[in-house]
Amino acid sequence: MILEVNRLTKSYRSGSNELTVLSDITFSAAEKETLSIVGPSGSGKTTLLGLCAGLDHTTSGTVSLCGQALGELDEDARAALRSQHVGFIFQDFQLIPTLTALENVTIPLELQGQSDVQHTARELLTRVGLGDRTHHYPSELSGGEQQRVSIARAFSGRPKILFADEPTGNLDDETGAQVEKLLFELNQEAGTTLIIVTHDLELANKTDRIIRLKGGRVVTDTLTNASTSR
Amino acid sequence: MNRFAFLLRTAWRDGRRNIGKLFLFMSSIILGIAALVAINSFNDNLTRDIDREAAALLGADLVVTGSRPAGPLTLATLDSLPAERSTEVELLSMAFIPKANESQFVRLRALEGDFPYYGELVTDPPEANMLFRKEKGVIIEKGLMLQYELQVGDSLRLGTSVFPILGSFENAFASAAISSTFAPTVYIGGSHMDSTRLIQPGSLVNYSYYFKVQQPFDADQWEEEKSTRLRTESMRIETVSERQEDVTEAFSQLNYFLNLVGLVALLLGCIGVASSIFIYVKTKIPSIAIFRCLGMKGREAFLIYLFQVLALGLVGVLIGAGLGAFVQMLLPELLSDFLPLTINMQISWPSIFQGIGLGLLITSLFALLPLLAIRKVSPLRTLRATLEESGKRIDLVQAAVSAGIVLSLFVFLWLLTGEVEVGFFFVLGLTISFAVLFGVAQLIMWFLKKYFPRQWNFVFRQGLANLFRPNNQTRTLLVSIGLGTAVLTTLFIVQGLLLRNVEAMDAGEQPNVFLFGIESNQIDTLISITEGRGMPIMQQMPIVTMRLEGWQGRSKADWLQDTTRKARNWAIHRETRATYRDYLDANEEVIEGEFPHPRESPEDSIFISLADAFAEAMAVEIGDEMVFDLQGVPLTTYVRSIRKIDNANMRARFLVLFPSGVLEGAPQFHVLVSKAPDREMIASYRGEVVKAFPNVSVLDLSTILQSVNEILNKISYILQFMALFSIVTGIIVLLSSLLLSKYQRIKESVLLRTIGASRRQIRWINATEYLLLGGLAALVGVMISLIAGFLIARFQFELDYTVKWLPILIVFTAVVLITLLIGVFNSREVVNKPPLAVLRKEVG
Ligand SMILES: Nc1ncnc2c1ncn2[C@@H]1O[C@H](COP(=O)(O)OP(=O)(O)OP(=O)(O)O)[C@@H](O)[C@H]1O
Ligand SMILES: [Mg+2]
Repeated sequence: MILEVNRLTKSYRSGSNELTVLSDITFSAAEKETLSIVGPSGSGKTTLLGLCAGLDHTTSGTVSLCGQALGELDEDARAALRSQHVGFIFQDFQLIPTLTALENVTIPLELQGQSDVQHTARELLTRVGLGDRTHHYPSELSGGEQQRVSIARAFSGRPKILFADEPTGNLDDETGAQVEKLLFELNQEAGTTLIIVTHDLELANKTDRIIRLKGGRVVTDTLTNASTSR
Repeated sequence: MNRFAFLLRTAWRDGRRNIGKLFLFMSSIILGIAALVAINSFNDNLTRDIDREAAALLGADLVVTGSRPAGPLTLATLDSLPAERSTEVELLSMAFIPKANESQFVRLRALEGDFPYYGELVTDPPEANMLFRKEKGVIIEKGLMLQYELQVGDSLRLGTSVFPILGSFENAFASAAISSTFAPTVYIGGSHMDSTRLIQPGSLVNYSYYFKVQQPFDADQWEEEKSTRLRTESMRIETVSERQEDVTEAFSQLNYFLNLVGLVALLLGCIGVASSIFIYVKTKIPSIAIFRCLGMKGREAFLIYLFQVLALGLVGVLIGAGLGAFVQMLLPELLSDFLPLTINMQISWPSIFQGIGLGLLITSLFALLPLLAIRKVSPLRTLRATLEESGKRIDLVQAAVSAGIVLSLFVFLWLLTGEVEVGFFFVLGLTISFAVLFGVAQLIMWFLKKYFPRQWNFVFRQGLANLFRPNNQTRTLLVSIGLGTAVLTTLFIVQGLLLRNVEAMDAGEQPNVFLFGIESNQIDTLISITEGRGMPIMQQMPIVTMRLEGWQGRSKADWLQDTTRKARNWAIHRETRATYRDYLDANEEVIEGEFPHPRESPEDSIFISLADAFAEAMAVEIGDEMVFDLQGVPLTTYVRSIRKIDNANMRARFLVLFPSGVLEGAPQFHVLVSKAPDREMIASYRGEVVKAFPNVSVLDLSTILQSVNEILNKISYILQFMALFSIVTGIIVLLSSLLLSKYQRIKESVLLRTIGASRRQIRWINATEYLLLGGLAALVGVMISLIAGFLIARFQFELDYTVKWLPILIVFTAVVLITLLIGVFNSREVVNKPPLAVLRKEVG
């Protein structure tokens, strides 16, 4: 299992009252598996994704990623783990505004200490249809274009596991389809595990499994037709 | 290595888009360092020139001086010196210039021997230098020659003797430049002094013995061994190294203020650095969170921004040092009139390197504090712009850097002022000010949150709420603007005090004519001459010279053996000039004991009154016994009162005041002080007096007062020039804090506009916020400076504390206005451009 979540609970304290956002969540994902998390707005999807990627601490319960218990790692060790094995696509893109599209994409490669980062990054940008926009700054790109840069960036490190928060949320059907294609190709070629948060049931149905969240709890965890057809 | 290169590359890539923001950070450094380098270079050049010319200033290896001719003990000691010797008798006197039919106050020096041994007495014609030592004749200062259009061959009457003028000379040895403008120097050969009959009982004469010793010889050590012996005959030894110190000392007040200004500029620079980096880091937090999310270590993210800051810091420091080296070239121009020597301004590499080193150290330390926060930026911020950082634990590195800042400031101040306590109190003061401002910011936020005026109008409420909302800038701006205002206002207060102090010596109701060396039988005639011209007798008193023999029941010789004695040397050895009267002068005030204490019968004890400074230096109190030697007769007296004398007043001051009925019969001379309406009157009055009594010296203070005025103007000019430097730095600091703060509010303003707020409303919201911030910061800053000014005035300069409110009001208004203007200016873009363009451009 590349990801194991065990009895995870997350609550936020704001002032005197405590707000439990996720309670008692248990699930796991195998290598090469594709999995989608769906649920109404505010049900805790983004929070869960962040916890799985080690961006935050659990209130109770454990998360283990690539065989490492995240709770036992310090911030730097988690950073190292992320740079080696984890990709993340944010709901709101999160590009670094002072770097060009190309530079944004090279960052994970550089962090891994790779050489020839330019070439790889350029290739990825071409694959998301932005081969001619490499020297533009994020503020010069549309929302969808920014999202594609952020996808290229998530791919560039060739992660073992990719977390995608609404990866097609801002895209038109055609580009959305391209991005979907990219995601699944990566899964096929490199065996990357995909954890996708989405509102798009069509996309969700293309993954092996769907986890439904509601009010911070897992309601259902079902296999899809896609998994059986494979 | 690869990784390092990547971090450097990222620093460059990220930085190139931020040059604008970082430029302000740089300008704070540039100005701070420039001021520091300029002032240090100047001091450095000054010290070096003093060193180089010290021997020439003294003209000999060693000088022994006293107000009487050397006694037998001294002569024996001096004879044992393996050295060449010159003797000089010096006194202030009137010289009559027949050609101009005028009298002039001069410093007459009768020289025997080959002095000066170092440096040269440059005369015109050159042979005059030799001639005046042999023949009867004078050489006079060039200025005097020009003033009266004199030529070689004209004559000069000194006392009762007429001398032909043999030539003129350029530089006067062993005299400060300022005094020579009051009384130009005139040299005659030593053997001709008697013919002038100027040396009378009561005239103020200096006897100097100059020595050129055969090397190797340790003049300082010789002084150490012989000084006590010579002091018993009231002779004092001066060596080259002491002269160096003396000259340096003469500049210490000026130096101190210049240092203070340099310090202020540097401090302002530091505040600018810290606040601009603090705000810069804040705007960078989202990017840093992404880096972290992508797997960058906290330390690495920190390094990226450290590289940026260090690189720009280095550039800023270098530019600053260059600018400082340029500005220092201006300083000697401004100061040339004070200096007893011409300063050769050279690039002072030590000062420049010191400035660069100090600049880098201080910049890195001050930038480090906000930068360290980067290590703690959580990747979680990518998911949610979290409110405040939660980390409450004390960070060791952060604590160490803070300690480093405090320590380096302390060491810097210590080196600058040479006093540990000054450094300590200064740093303490700064820390307290910082804490007070921080506390006020917290208090305001707490108070507003708790008692928010909900029913006020929308715009005002928004502006007010901006003070405590998440991402507010209340603390940053309050601390930086407040500290900046405090430091600047303190400088103005101190400047005002110093100026007031010197202005008090200005003309006005002050006397301007002093008559010295009047014999008792001449006084009545002089009074009638004076009153006959309608001039007031402002002071007229007898002076009796005596010597301190012992005090508190022990003899002087006994005390001198005592190493635990508290009495200061200058007080013990000085020749006491006392007067007697039973009333207080206008500038005197009794602060201890009783006054008057007249002596009614010859059997009564003699009660005297001491000046506070003298009593303090002698470590004596009311009731203590003091024994004086009056022409060989011991005179036992008791201290009965202590007077405070206002020094700002140009009147004769007496450290020891006797009651009437004691000294009337003693040998004495008189001083008369008056005021003439104009300089013509003084000139003719002087002529009349000198004709009647050649022994009487008339000191025309109007020339002195005028020169003092000129010097004062120069000083205030310098003070203003230097203050200007600080103002510019202050404005830059304000600008850097405020301009950067625009990124804080821009998103909110744009969103408000998108929702439908009018431009007017946005402007007013911003104006309200900045007006409140500026007003509050300036107010607290001014209050801090009032206290700081009081402490500095009281303990550093020992001046009475008065405050000129106008400059403070101006600083206050200026700070508030600038804050407000920049606040409104910041919202200009938001207001004038379509919201979409702004949103696109300004994120991050
Ligand atoms: N720092 C926080 N403090 C308090 N509550 C928080 C905090 N972070 C998240 N929440 C709450 O947790 C809940 C889950 O948020 P989350 O962003 O995970 O929802 P989501 O499922 O991703 O919603 P959406 O589909 O709208 O993106 C929300 O109700 C949110 O208000
Ligand atoms: Mg979400």
